[in-house]
Amino acid sequence: MSKLLSLAKTRVLFMGNEAIARGALEAGVSVVSGYPGTPSSEVIERLSDVAQERNLYVEWSTNEKVALEVAAAASFSGLRSMCVMKQNGVNVASDFLLHLASSGTRGGIVLVECEDPGALSSVNEGESRYFARMLEIPLLEPASLQEAKDLTKWAFELSEKIRNIVILRSVTRMSHASGNVICGKLPGNTRMAEFVSDGSFMDPLRGPVVSTPVVVKHNLQQQKLQKAVELFEKSPFNSYSGPGHPELLIITSSACFLYSQEALDLLGLQKRVGILKLGCTWPLPLRLLKKYLRLTNKIMIVEEVLPFLEENIKVATMGMLRDTGIKTFYGKMDDTLPSVGELNPDIVAAALGKIMKVKPKSLPAGYVREIQKVASKIPPREQTFCPGCPHRASFWNINTALKLDGREGIVCGDIGCYAMASLWPAIGFNTVRTLHSMGSGTGLASGFAKLEAFGQDKPVLAVCGDSTFYHAVIPALINARHNKADMTFIVLDNAGTAMTGFQPHPGLDMGAIGEPLPSVEIAAICRAIGAKVAECDPFDLEGTSKILTSFMAERGSLKVLIMKQACALSPEKKGKKQYQMKVNEELCLGESCGCNRLCTRIFRCPALTWDRAKKKAVVDEVICAGCGVCYSICPQKAIIRTEVAG
Amino acid sequence: MKMALTKDPINIIITGVGGQGNVMASRVLAGMLVNAGYIVTIGETFGMSQRGGSVMSHLRLSSNSVLSPQIPKGRADIIIALEPVEALRVLVQYGNPDVAVLSNSRMVYPMGVITGDFTYPSLDEIKSMFAKLAGKSWIIDATSVAVDLGNPVLSNIVMIGALAGASLLPIDRRAFEKEITKSMSAGKCEINLAAFDSGMKML
Repeated sequence: MSKLLSLAKTRVLFMGNEAIARGALEAGVSVVSGYPGTPSSEVIERLSDVAQERNLYVEWSTNEKVALEVAAAASFSGLRSMCVMKQNGVNVASDFLLHLASSGTRGGIVLVECEDPGALSSVNEGESRYFARMLEIPLLEPASLQEAKDLTKWAFELSEKIRNIVILRSVTRMSHASGNVICGKLPGNTRMAEFVSDGSFMDPLRGPVVSTPVVVKHNLQQQKLQKAVELFEKSPFNSYSGPGHPELLIITSSACFLYSQEALDLLGLQKRVGILKLGCTWPLPLRLLKKYLRLTNKIMIVEEVLPFLEENIKVATMGMLRDTGIKTFYGKMDDTLPSVGELNPDIVAAALGKIMKVKPKSLPAGYVREIQKVASKIPPREQTFCPGCPHRASFWNINTALKLDGREGIVCGDIGCYAMASLWPAIGFNTVRTLHSMGSGTGLASGFAKLEAFGQDKPVLAVCGDSTFYHAVIPALINARHNKADMTFIVLDNAGTAMTGFQPHPGLDMGAIGEPLPSVEIAAICRAIGAKVAECDPFDLEGTSKILTSFMAERGSLKVLIMKQACALSPEKKGKKQYQMKVNEELCLGESCGCNRLCTRIFRCPALTWDRAKKKAVVDEVICAGCGVCYSICPQKAIIRTEVAG
Repeated sequence: MKMALTKDPINIIITGVGGQGNVMASRVLAGMLVNAGYIVTIGETFGMSQRGGSVMSHLRLSSNSVLSPQIPKGRADIIIALEPVEALRVLVQYGNPDVAVLSNSRMVYPMGVITGDFTYPSLDEIKSMFAKLAGKSWIIDATSVAVDLGNPVLSNIVMIGALAGASLLPIDRRAFEKEITKSMSAGKCEINLAAFDSGMKML
């Protein structure tokens, strides 16, 4: 049995995302949708595991906007629904979200967005809390794993009370932290879907669900927000801990609450500093805020990443100055804390220590000197493509084709593990020159290709992964075809949404819970658009290079090459070697070969290492995935491959 | 069942290279400790950061309080490393004169070392660095034991077995068996128990 279905009152070790999933189950959620993205993916993955037992409909949608529309349809039909995404997914969903918040909703609906301060697994540090303010939607932020569950459950109740969507915001250190959570009751889920729209135009429960008449609906939306604030004023998710008359008050939310607590502990300031933890962060509950602002004149605001709370609290304080008195604020706007990157207990303690004039206990000076000596001898460990990764072979092919072509072709990148080809020395050459949001590589390539009249004469290429193709590439590809963009578009098809853990996408023949579904072929879509389409295996270096060079030489049209090879970590491949690899030491000429150690300096597979004593390449068999590609790159044919039986 | 902790909280860091089974090791260890009635908080980084990069799990053990998922700098009590240079990387950030280090000896060379841009310290150098920076340290060849058992990825469980052997935490074979039977098939349990036993014998 999945631990997500643990009995009420039992104490379970949940990851933050599992706690959110359990909270949704306790709220009686029926429909869950989303698009995978770290750190959010486990919410839907875990709910997929229990979908049949709990009678849920769980869907990995093509993108976040569609996912939110799918969830909204359930809400309009009276069911409870949840939509899950990473921070920048909210940007994708935001156009619909604006209109949804205006039309209002029926069954409780919660948008869970998991942000990634410090961009541990992102190419942005986007803040989606501002969407709550901009689009006038209530915002909740759990500050512990228990709250991740409890607040999710309450978010559904709140949504149903105000008849509008609610945003629940998590961060990597909450979603991917694990801890003890006490479970609540799982309800019997008997709601049936019924979309009623036979009522009068203005009837919120029986009329059509529309955002017009706009001004009237906008006014209604603001009344709903006001109702939410009234509930926030009394919510147990906002709480104060600390002395009756603190010298300084910390106002904080989310994982930063835990950092603040730890900082007080490190500095021994529990009797001098109080913490107001806010679980309801937009709109701010002003009466509650006033009560605690009165405790002291020094206020420190601890949050990630931008000064969202700080701005809102300062504006709110301006309106209550007569009651609260003049305050000194410490936060991001005065550089007490950084406005980029994630925080941790040490950063908060250092900032707090400076204000309170106390220092945390430090390590002995001699020990610190030893640390510095050792630190200088630690080699860095950069991210690389995994052993057996098809992307290494794909970019090898692209780089070879660019060299043969000789015109310094421009390659536009996209979002996936293959983004590593742009920024890090994951391979020994640079190919990808632009990297932005999902699908943007193709749109950019379409634009570059139209700059011919202004003297741009380099060939234009774009790469994207299979899941990215469905998410946001199709409109850009149609744009390229319709506007006669001369470009070579490459799909790095590794048979799943690999970076986030192999969630299925429309190109596969199954859905979130493993149910059989019709697949929608990338090649068929590209052909229907009118592109010239070819497919290849990137591990076949010779065959791939032939197609690529001919595509780049062919002028005036949209060419699509689909490079198909499953991810080395995919369940069907992991742990299975196709080839046993070995370096023939007689044949390897080492540094004197003239290849500049093509295998270990340019190809850069972690399993292909350098024997410093023998000065020859050597295969680390523990790490090698047995893809066999390195066999094809050695000019001396010194890398031997033997097919593994079975 | 629940023994008083020698220190509260006990801060444990499990580190290694992406793909070595770091997250699984932290889950198993945490599961054993939760079963024994302790409050456990884990902080992890995974996702794209695991692709060939350094991976770290922070595990905090307390008998009563919920803690930050990030251990403050210089406050680790136990470091378990599936790769020796990763032990050093954690040690210089989270180490203190009392920290205990248990490290696998099997090296996984970073790309910069393979290309020749950086040097990887020798095992003897690493041992003397441990001696200077840790209160106690052990280096064991867990990977060779795992390879002998048939799968190098079992080195994470060999390390958990060795941790039990070091008696630094209230864990034993019975607790391990109870935890893995929850999630593994009988065949898998058997090989994991063998890995645990081999590790336990190494200290």
